[in-house]
Amino acid sequence: MMLLILLALGLVAVTGTIVVLTREPACQAVTLSVFGLTLSILFMTMQAPDVALSQLAIGTAVVPLMIMLTIQKIGGPR
Amino acid sequence: MTTLPYLVAGWLFLVGCYGLVTSRNLVHTVACLTVAQSATYVLLLAVGFRSGATAPVFADVPVGTRVVDPVVQALSLTDIVVSATVTAVLLALTIQIHKRHGTVDPDELRALRD
Amino acid sequence: MTHRWRLVLFVVAAPAFAVLFFLAARGLPVFGSEFHPYGDRAVEIATRQRTTANVVSSVNFDQRAIDTLGEEFILFGSVIGTIVLLRPAPEEREVGRRPAGGVLPTTRLAGYLLLPVSVLVGLYVIAHGQLSPGGGFQGGVVLATGWHLLYVAGRYAALRRAAPPTVMEIIESVGAAAFAAVGLAGLVIGGAFLVNFLPVGTFNDLISGGTVPVLNGAVGMAVAAAIVLLLSGFLEQAVVLRRSPEPRVDSSIVARSKEHR
Repeated sequence: MMLLILLALGLVAVTGTIVVLTREPACQAVTLSVFGLTLSILFMTMQAPDVALSQLAIGTAVVPLMIMLTIQKIGGPR
Repeated sequence: MTTLPYLVAGWLFLVGCYGLVTSRNLVHTVACLTVAQSATYVLLLAVGFRSGATAPVFADVPVGTRVVDPVVQALSLTDIVVSATVTAVLLALTIQIHKRHGTVDPDELRALRD
Repeated sequence: MTHRWRLVLFVVAAPAFAVLFFLAARGLPVFGSEFHPYGDRAVEIATRQRTTANVVSSVNFDQRAIDTLGEEFILFGSVIGTIVLLRPAPEEREVGRRPAGGVLPTTRLAGYLLLPVSVLVGLYVIAHGQLSPGGGFQGGVVLATGWHLLYVAGRYAALRRAAPPTVMEIIESVGAAAFAAVGLAGLVIGGAFLVNFLPVGTFNDLISGGTVPVLNGAVGMAVAAAIVLLLSGFLEQAVVLRRSPEPRVDSSIVARSKEHR
């Protein structure tokens, strides 16, 4: 179990860094979605299914969708 | 291993802040803010973790089983949902700024104000 | 503050934060320790007195329900703020609605098949919040996102008809008001705001936990309506409204939205 948590922690740290380093907002919506997924895997391994469910619905679907729609509205990066 | 999860939380916060200060696009800024914010969830859940315990749900395990701390989980799960609506306010502000000024680059916005 | 100064400030502040945070982390109980005084008491109360199998729900909707009331009204306030900020500007009008024919038949089929499933899952998650992982917050979000499969299936107009913003606003207000009303009922019946005044039922039954399922339902309504309202505000801005100085923008917008797809 500890090994899984370590692995998930590493994934979260790496994907979080990738989200910040992705400068193109449209690509960032996708990396942010992956980051949300790894976070919910981490919460799952940390025995927090309630939080994982919440993070899965919000972090991988709602927030990236709102970011995509905002980019669509403002016409993407110039 | 004893402090590693806390350090990952600190790393997420710092990386998010780095993204905030170097951002050239307000949409990117908002996404970096959500990364910095997720540090709090990792920190809270790490504080509440107990080795070898199960989730604090007694629907299919007998009462008295060792479980992880439910209080920090309750704190973070409501915050995740509420933070999404706060992110929505920030993105709506970004759309308004773009309508008014035609740009979402913080430095260009500053140049417009001067 | 210019870009350079922000970076200088970060370079100075980040190491300071890192050192302080590292020292603070060393002072925390070690990861995975047995020291959880609040958690142990919460588990004790939830399982012995309140018969709520999911202790997280018991903490959220019973033991610390007043926190959740606060969160609920933050949600309410930010939804109102977003709706106000996203209202159409005077120079914008409705143009360039995506033609429904542009969606792949398989995508449409997947949308139609998954729509009832995800709505059902959302309702299940809300209803079983006191027993299994889930509750009003998560179930509300699942319900609202599942609803938007209609948009994935290319039926934006159907989505607007099925969830008119006025109805959603009423549902959201009723949900938030119901939470406060349960709290006031507790004040009248049990002598304290948000006290769990209903009979707690049998452990691990669907009807158990007293006010927990009621508050779960109220929060589920409010959160589902809130997310639908937020997404419909963004969808309206992104898909329907365009700044239109001259009428012929219409065709170019349609062409551009085709390119995007």
